[in-house]
Amino acid sequence: MARNWLKGAQSAYDTVVIGSGLAGMTAANVLARLGHKVLLAEHHYNLGGLATWFKRKGGHILDISLHGFPIGMMKTLRKYWTMDMADRVIQLRNIRFDNPQFCLRTTFDRADFTHILLERFGIMLDVVDEFFSTIRQFNFYDELKMTTRELFEKFFPGRKDVWRFLMEPITYANGSTLDDPALTYGIVFSNFMSKGVFTYQGGTDQLIRAMKAELESNGVDIRTHCLVEKIYVDDDGVRGVRINGDDIACNAALSNSNLLTTIHKLVGDEHFDDGFLKEARRVRLNNSSCQVYIGIKKGEKVDYDADLLFSSVADEYDTDKILSKDVTSRTFSFYHPFIRPGTNRYSVVSSTNARYEDWASLGTKDYGRDKDHLIQTTLDALSHYVPNVRKIVDYVEASTPKTFKRYTLHPSGTSFGTKFEGLKISRELPQQVAGLFHTGSVGIIMSGWLGAANYGVIVANEVDKFLRSVNSQSPVEAVTV
Amino acid sequence: MTRDEVRGAILDILSEIAPDENIESIDDNRKLRDQMDLDSMDFLDIVMELRKRFNIEVPEKDYEHLATMSGCIAYLQPLMLKKQVAN
Repeated sequence: MARNWLKGAQSAYDTVVIGSGLAGMTAANVLARLGHKVLLAEHHYNLGGLATWFKRKGGHILDISLHGFPIGMMKTLRKYWTMDMADRVIQLRNIRFDNPQFCLRTTFDRADFTHILLERFGIMLDVVDEFFSTIRQFNFYDELKMTTRELFEKFFPGRKDVWRFLMEPITYANGSTLDDPALTYGIVFSNFMSKGVFTYQGGTDQLIRAMKAELESNGVDIRTHCLVEKIYVDDDGVRGVRINGDDIACNAALSNSNLLTTIHKLVGDEHFDDGFLKEARRVRLNNSSCQVYIGIKKGEKVDYDADLLFSSVADEYDTDKILSKDVTSRTFSFYHPFIRPGTNRYSVVSSTNARYEDWASLGTKDYGRDKDHLIQTTLDALSHYVPNVRKIVDYVEASTPKTFKRYTLHPSGTSFGTKFEGLKISRELPQQVAGLFHTGSVGIIMSGWLGAANYGVIVANEVDKFLRSVNSQSPVEAVTV
Repeated sequence: MTRDEVRGAILDILSEIAPDENIESIDDNRKLRDQMDLDSMDFLDIVMELRKRFNIEVPEKDYEHLATMSGCIAYLQPLMLKKQVAN
């Protein structure tokens, strides 16, 4: 008989958190600390969502999304998790670019970028300063029609080399393009520029293990292998959820599942206004990714001095080319032994942005062939920087948008949630259905490890407010005069 | 709660949210953000702590009242009094 993964669960919780990405986990932790009874349901056997890793024979541990995040993650870990986690945040100082327009190295912070823009690209200091102060003032609630392309055109007209320097890493970080709102670019880029790029010492496995322990110590009931199939809603709002065929009551459901899945599948269109649904249907999914994981033989070392390398053979930055199955741009994350002290192991992960439809329609044979092609061309590309890579490689594996879909259940395997318009829809869910909340990668800004974790806190605040209002003691309403 | 007690309660929250800051030297009439390294997430934390500790709900449109220490006291003291009466 199949194991009952819900064995011992209560029949009711204050809130059920659906999915354990960094947003779901952080929200669950904050809500538990605030005294709510929380069930965290995850369909996969591991927690973490795309903050994940996998192990392979030969002692390989391969990270999916560890490199890197802005300094803000340190504060987020300290405030909503533990001091020990915050103390493990370390800087990645070697960020490199290599493409037909330029080849350079940077610490990826404002001072160094200013220096490079002046010395290397010949931009005037006052233009650079004005650019930085403009993007720093962006707020996510701003009504800004300007696209990133227009922003660049304004400050660096015709300078496609500068555009690439400023944009390529952010496309890697959150899938945004030149045609997305400039404020999504500005907020994310400014976050990185404040201090540079950071990572977590100990690896993703250590982080997620520590988070699991912290969630348990705060009383969160964690259930893996538990797929939430339905959120039950009546005229008064959320009533409960169905997990693996069993019903569990709750006053609030906080979905860290994809936004569109939450609306159309978990809740059902009949519970939303026509106007809201119309707007929700216009929400575009962000793109997906392909990755190639390269495990290096024990005792061998990767002799290349970089933590992140944005490499491209394309003439200039181009969204279509970046998404194309005919890969020209790759971001290599180099995982050196200092990531997991004591292990003395290296691995390299190549990431490219990709379209689901380019992979989904392939038959088994073609899919396998194309995956192998992806692996071989990636090793070829890497050998420009690590000439002996084929000699020292011990294990290689590739993931495609189909892989991302299988593990996250996200429609079209989106690895960056939804485009900008998704943020408003995510925020408005509770006005449609009382007790229904969503958190996770939306609107490009609330994306990546930092964006997702912080959005988890923002929504946890709303859930806490809601739960207190349905419980007997109503808060003192502030009345402004 | 007296004015001093309200001030003390706010300092207590601030010291938890920003442990590295010297909260003793806060000038009540200057913006907190100009005196401490506070971002929008920190302000959200203040709102959550007020709800948790005092059952006070600060709507988003009123966040501006929390910009300075004196603004916080002026805004929160009447609510805390109301709360005491209610209890």
